[in-house]
Amino acid sequence: MKNKHVNAVVIGAGAGGGVAAKELAFAGLSVVLFERGGWATYNDHDDDELISQRITVLGNAFGPDDIRHPRVAVNSDGSTQVLRASQGEYSNNAACVGSGTVSYGAMGWRFMEKDFKMKSTYGHVEGSTLDDWPITYHDLEPYYEKAEWEIGVSGKSGANPFEAPRKKEYPMPPFAYNKSANLLADAAIKLGLHPFPIPMLRNSVSYDGRPACYRMRSCVGFACPVNAKNGTHNTVIPRAIATGNCELRTNCQVAEIIIDEKGRATGVKYFDENNRGRIQKADIVIVAGAAIETARLLLNSKSNLFPDGAGNNNDWVGRNLQGHAYTGAFGLMNYDVYDDVGPGATLALSDFNHYNPGIVGGGVLCNEFTPMPYHFSKIRPPGAKRWGAEHKDFQRNQFKKLIQLIGPFQEIPNFESRVTVDTGIKDYWGIPVARLSGTRHNYDLTGCKFMSERAEEILKAAGAVYTWQSVGGRGRSGGQHQSGTARMGNDPKTSVTNRYGQVHDIDNLFIADGSLHVTNGGFNPVLTIMALGYWVSDYIIKNWNGSKFR
Amino acid sequence: MRTNRREFLYHLSLSCGSILLIPACAGNDSEWRFFSNEEARIIIAFAEQIIPSDNDPGATEANVVNFIDKQLTGPYARHRNEYRLGISGIVSSSEAVYNKYFCDLDRDTQRDFMEQMESGKLPEEFWKEINQRTFFNMLLDHSMQGFYGSPRHGGNKNYASYKMMKLDYPHVIGQNRYVSKCATEKLRDT
Repeated sequence: MKNKHVNAVVIGAGAGGGVAAKELAFAGLSVVLFERGGWATYNDHDDDELISQRITVLGNAFGPDDIRHPRVAVNSDGSTQVLRASQGEYSNNAACVGSGTVSYGAMGWRFMEKDFKMKSTYGHVEGSTLDDWPITYHDLEPYYEKAEWEIGVSGKSGANPFEAPRKKEYPMPPFAYNKSANLLADAAIKLGLHPFPIPMLRNSVSYDGRPACYRMRSCVGFACPVNAKNGTHNTVIPRAIATGNCELRTNCQVAEIIIDEKGRATGVKYFDENNRGRIQKADIVIVAGAAIETARLLLNSKSNLFPDGAGNNNDWVGRNLQGHAYTGAFGLMNYDVYDDVGPGATLALSDFNHYNPGIVGGGVLCNEFTPMPYHFSKIRPPGAKRWGAEHKDFQRNQFKKLIQLIGPFQEIPNFESRVTVDTGIKDYWGIPVARLSGTRHNYDLTGCKFMSERAEEILKAAGAVYTWQSVGGRGRSGGQHQSGTARMGNDPKTSVTNRYGQVHDIDNLFIADGSLHVTNGGFNPVLTIMALGYWVSDYIIKNWNGSKFR
Repeated sequence: MRTNRREFLYHLSLSCGSILLIPACAGNDSEWRFFSNEEARIIIAFAEQIIPSDNDPGATEANVVNFIDKQLTGPYARHRNEYRLGISGIVSSSEAVYNKYFCDLDRDTQRDFMEQMESGKLPEEFWKEINQRTFFNMLLDHSMQGFYGSPRHGGNKNYASYKMMKLDYPHVIGQNRYVSKCATEKLRDT
């Protein structure tokens, strides 16, 4: 049976796509929202660490499966390897309704004003594609606010003296500090720093008909058993469906965007839940598959006018793959600081996001999420025994004494960190898979060292009797914070979309995910991706004339 | 729907995989899914050195070998060949270096043997098909998973590691924040 023509197709029911589907459905457009995974719930995985989103040794609880979705990685020596979806190098986000927002740690950060103006703030960095966004923080501010209120963020306006100006308070009060946060807050204040509670996409009080968080330790990496963590799966997507204008199609793999001879998108080819090849025609196509899958889909959408993939006539699709280089320090106290107040991360310091002498950018530092027992078995000071009685003793006696300060360093983008499609390896449906190559800019290591040193100083000031640094910034980029592969910009020669996420030269094809990021901020990017979902949708709706786009 | 298809494909892949491996699989007299009884003895001895028993249970009591055996007929089916090669590497190296079967070495000698293996110092002639350090690291990692992971995968019997780390178990949803210490202790003892 042929699918009925709809106004809009949205590919990917994650942070950006879920928001876009809701906005368009509320504006009266008929929408089909595609998701390659299904619904994920707490009951699917319980508090099982070995299939959680952080530790995927026995598989991905939130998809995709290991069998049908390979990727290829190019190693530094030029050799290639085929990756399973649960391998770390795969750079998985998730494949389920809500995507990463189901299992994330749920930090709801706004980027800072300077995060949108990295090049004009810091100048050119050799070997990088560092640039300014075509939009400013102030363009996005109302959309951040919308995301905070519609999806739900707990926080305190003004608690962070470095935050960008905001017009409205958060909808919920901030979470209280746990024990390690209280210790770190005192130490940080003594050092002249400015601790504050992390804004969280979790309910500190009952909100939107769902209960308050009860602060379970297995939160990050898991779905919430009481639905107190806010993602698109329990907010905007159900609302979109409730309008009657949005159909969610799960377990559907989109293969290609169809581009006609006039250079317009006419719909998508996809494989439905029974693996049958189908076509869905639409007036508008919005891609929100996260940086790697979005780039792959664009590159696989070849047409006469775009022989190298949709929007790729200037070879910018898939370029500038970024994520976050996580860096920081660990410490041990000589008394228990673990108080089982999950998920552990409550305190942040934004003192090092900018204004660091001699450093380009920076990042936020937080007292980190509580590690689960297997994860903790890998957290050891340099030189410590990896097994045997000593290792077991450490596990038994130090787990509750651990204190952590870790954060995402804002990566310096580079042209060779990229996604292409592999000509040889195909997925279960015969679609060429994503191929990841290149590495982070070598500047990232410099920045990470700087941040780890700061983190260690603060842990010492908090009374840690033993400390060590964990320095990130090497190797391939990507990961759950993947971004940058369909950069927005004013110049079509050095970007993929305009400032509204509209692909250059294909007026009815849009991107609405982290692929648009020119730079990725020194913060977890999800709230920015949600805000961009609203921003792009707003532009589409304003230019929608009731039956056609433009 | 996702789960069903996933499971189906998963079993499909296993049944294909096992056709090739039947001759090498656990014999009829084995108490295990994948290991022979002798192989299991070696893994038990090895894992017990990784996480030795003291005041708290070690790898043996926590059923780490059951975890590994179970995963080798599940997600770790891809590691079957490495296990077969690695176990035979351990047996041959032990015979060559100590003139003894690995399981018959005393505990200190076993540990010494494993330290050599960890740093790649066992005779290379027995490790041509699999790198000794690679196999050591795999066994180390799988033992840790079996001891510290969720009991639903066959290891961490009775939440032995959680109990050792003084973490509540099982995780009572909606209650953990509010149970009294007394109630928590009671829960641990049942």
